[in-house]
Amino acid sequence: MSEPEDSAEYEARLRKWEATSLKDALKALPERRKEFVTTSSRPVKRLYTPLDLRGKSHDERLGNPGEFPFTRGVHPTMYRGRLWTMRMFAGYGSADDTNRRFKYLIAHGETGLSVAFDMPTLYGYDTDAPEAKGEFGTCGVAVSSLEDMEILFRDIDPGQVSTSMTINAPADVTWAMYLGMAERRGVPLTQLRGTIQNDILKEYEAQKEWIYPPEASMRLVVDTFQFGAKSVPQWNTISISGYHIREAGATAGQELAFTLANGMEYVRWGMNRGLKVDDFAPRLSFFFNAHNDLFEEIAKYRAARRIWAREMRDTFGAKKPRSWLLRTHAQTAGVSLTAQQPEINIVRTTVQALAAILGGAQSLHTNSYDEAYQVPNEKAVRIALRTQQILAHESGVANTVDPLGGSYYLEALTDELEEEAYRYFDRIQEFGGVIASIRKGFIQQEIANSAYRYQREIEVKERTIVGVNDFVVDEQPEVEPLRVSEASLRGQLERLKRIRRSRDKTKWERALDALRKACEDEDTNTMPRILDAVRARATLGEVCDVMRRVFGVWEEPLLY
Amino acid sequence: MDGLLAGDKRAAAKLISLIEDDEPEAGEALALVYPHTGHAQYVGFTGAPGVGKSSLINRLVREFRSRGKKVGVVAVDPTSPYSGGAVLGDRIRMADTGIDPGVFIRSMATRGHSGGLALATFDAVRVLDAMGMDLVLVETVGAGQSEVEIAGRAHTTVVVEMPLTGDVVQTMKAGILEIGDVYVVNKVDLADADTLVANLRFQIEERDGWTPPIVRTSALEDQRIDELADAVEKHRAFLESTGLWAKRETARARQEILENARRLLADRVRDGPQGPRFESLVQEVVRRDLDPQTAAARLLGSRGRGT
Amino acid sequence: MPKKIRVLVAKPGLDGHDRGAKVIARALRDAGMEVIYTGLRQTPEDIVEAAIQEDVDAIGLSCLSGAHMTLFPEVVKLLKKRKAGDIVVVGGGIIPEEDISKLKKAGIKNVFGPGTPLHDIVSFFQKSAQAKGE
Repeated sequence: MSEPEDSAEYEARLRKWEATSLKDALKALPERRKEFVTTSSRPVKRLYTPLDLRGKSHDERLGNPGEFPFTRGVHPTMYRGRLWTMRMFAGYGSADDTNRRFKYLIAHGETGLSVAFDMPTLYGYDTDAPEAKGEFGTCGVAVSSLEDMEILFRDIDPGQVSTSMTINAPADVTWAMYLGMAERRGVPLTQLRGTIQNDILKEYEAQKEWIYPPEASMRLVVDTFQFGAKSVPQWNTISISGYHIREAGATAGQELAFTLANGMEYVRWGMNRGLKVDDFAPRLSFFFNAHNDLFEEIAKYRAARRIWAREMRDTFGAKKPRSWLLRTHAQTAGVSLTAQQPEINIVRTTVQALAAILGGAQSLHTNSYDEAYQVPNEKAVRIALRTQQILAHESGVANTVDPLGGSYYLEALTDELEEEAYRYFDRIQEFGGVIASIRKGFIQQEIANSAYRYQREIEVKERTIVGVNDFVVDEQPEVEPLRVSEASLRGQLERLKRIRRSRDKTKWERALDALRKACEDEDTNTMPRILDAVRARATLGEVCDVMRRVFGVWEEPLLY
Repeated sequence: MDGLLAGDKRAAAKLISLIEDDEPEAGEALALVYPHTGHAQYVGFTGAPGVGKSSLINRLVREFRSRGKKVGVVAVDPTSPYSGGAVLGDRIRMADTGIDPGVFIRSMATRGHSGGLALATFDAVRVLDAMGMDLVLVETVGAGQSEVEIAGRAHTTVVVEMPLTGDVVQTMKAGILEIGDVYVVNKVDLADADTLVANLRFQIEERDGWTPPIVRTSALEDQRIDELADAVEKHRAFLESTGLWAKRETARARQEILENARRLLADRVRDGPQGPRFESLVQEVVRRDLDPQTAAARLLGSRGRGT
Repeated sequence: MPKKIRVLVAKPGLDGHDRGAKVIARALRDAGMEVIYTGLRQTPEDIVEAAIQEDVDAIGLSCLSGAHMTLFPEVVKLLKKRKAGDIVVVGGGIIPEEDISKLKKAGIKNVFGPGTPLHDIVSFFQKSAQAKGE
């Protein structure tokens, strides 16, 4: 970046400006607020200058894209070489309903698939389980069996498309169903590309979709690392997520810190298993939120890449540059969408998507404007997809790599976020590590406190939410509803009945028994047994029940 | 009343609310309830916040249920001194036992009362006793002088501790070692419990012929819970067989009558016909014309002459 | 001393997104109420049983996964069955406009959508409790 010839001289000129032009301007027109803050309540100065960037060299801070510390991006050419993947999270009702939505999105130009599952599936219950009553397909697709997975991907070639599956506690089982499905189509596992979210730590911290206690769950996660490294080498076996942590109320700094702390915990567990860091680290991927404050978000992604690169190389001793890379998916902030005047959510999503793009994300999901009411309808999701396409093809932001690099504000923010993250790393260390922090409720309490503070700011109008506490209109929003049909539910239940009736009982029993034994033996990788169970047409609930019995169920500490 | 005796939960709940809110009918209600009490074992749980009392109670409830016993739980949480409100979250731990017909769980806020219990706590316990519970478990806030309050009222006091992680030597809270009838070292899966257990064994003494047992528990080891349940039942048997149950009942009755007398007297002094006289005495004390003790005697003395 | 208002805040069903429920629990506490927070994964039976034992004035249900049409009316139904129909039930979460009138017909007193000021929610509980007292 260009430096003024003499820092001291520049500072003198700046002080003069403050004493003269600025002073006069403030007298004539005081600023609108006493303090300006980001979405995370971080104070923002009036002006950022070269003085804010003293102390670090260009190479330390920025480097070059595609090179350590990757602040400017994971690849030398970034979007000039290939645009980010437009990957729209989708799922509702039955596998059939969702298959149709997938095809619709592909036809309209999305370049990667992303599966949303319903609550019962996310918690490892079949559609016919008592816990699933009323919850079929309402927030995602129900996948209880290998058959469901096959219907979900009817006419879609897993060998040709990359699929991301947003599922955590039972991710291993769902992944096994996807692999089983690909197998039946004759696609070799080595050809499969995709991601399973599989990030259980953030579930305890934020999203609460857990089943088993932490240690057992971590073991299952490492089983997938190990299995993936060996047999499904192009698959990202985890998407270490900050999105949900942010949605639960965390600030940008907390999102950054807790996500990376979780990431490092996964690396530790992998290495404790005896895996070589360079064998599994290249397949660790990330998932961050894209929230309102444009610059804070961009800074967050850049800080994330820089911190991860440094930790992987220097703390964990990874040798391969691919192991130092933080590749991330991003999703615009669901929690920022309003039920009031829903059309204006399109604007929010656009600004947020811009942040993700200027921040260098590898793939992006943009929310639809009706999501404060329901799973998106077709028109809404099309607009969301078009938002990405307009940014990609009409706005020019993809024409150059890291366009905002060197901005005084941005670089100062990036530094600040990095420092905040390290302070949190220290505190987590003091508590005894990530899992101890979860048990003691430290992370959850930090998040709950931020959530409460944010809401209070809105209540006292310190923070404006357009349409909600200002610029309010009294009108009934017109949102076309999207309903899960009775017929879909019936079909699902009948299919489950048929599967249970027609499968080979002996094979099924043997497979579940072998799975149980594998779970009980910490030194056995569970994935091959899960695959066998799935091939023997065991349902999701049945496999998870075996694990529930062996591992027990987690009880969370109360915090509010 | 009949509903309560028959085990109707809504009746019990409403009665407890009456008492908590100090409604005028509460006194009458308690008078009606009292003759039907005396059957249940009151078991108090004390221990620092975070030590795992709620989860322990949950598992204990399940264990006692499997032994065919009916169990009531009163869980106390602190009222915020600033807002007067409270979040009562102990029930979360007991989620899976809440719908069992042989279980009744009530969450209570301290409502300004210091000491780890609410004023109404043991009245609520009595309601559950009259309802037909075999045991009533009381969970204190855990801070302050909770253990003292509990020990005076419960038949059996369970002190819950957990080992600290790290090399810090644990110092026992004064009094804790004298009031427990059963000691539990919880969360033994998280850190080395041997030192703590040894420490406790060394310092805990036999009292009235009972040596408090020390039970190790952890969330991962459900089998220890039956040891704890056994200890609680053994203590009941011990109290009954040695006549200590009756002895404690007597001591408690004495204490409660005195407490109620004190309360009634203070109310009458402050709010009754002697009210203005009370206020003028207050002023005399402030002016140093009179000391507080003489003022009180005068009040009582004048009451005596007045009636 | 004015009677304490007791409210049960619950998340029925599997949905684990509890940011809103927790913020509301805290706000109600700050307004002087006693909040029994039952946590996640409650069945309608769990919720009703707890409401009865705790003798609450009102129940607040939160659901963001779309399962509200099954779960919320079930709570009202069970309350009536247990002769506890005087306990006020309100809901919040991700609920389409269309469903709000259906829920009200099923006995849900009010539905507080995303963006409802905490102040409004607190007032509502205060007014309901007062109305019951009369």
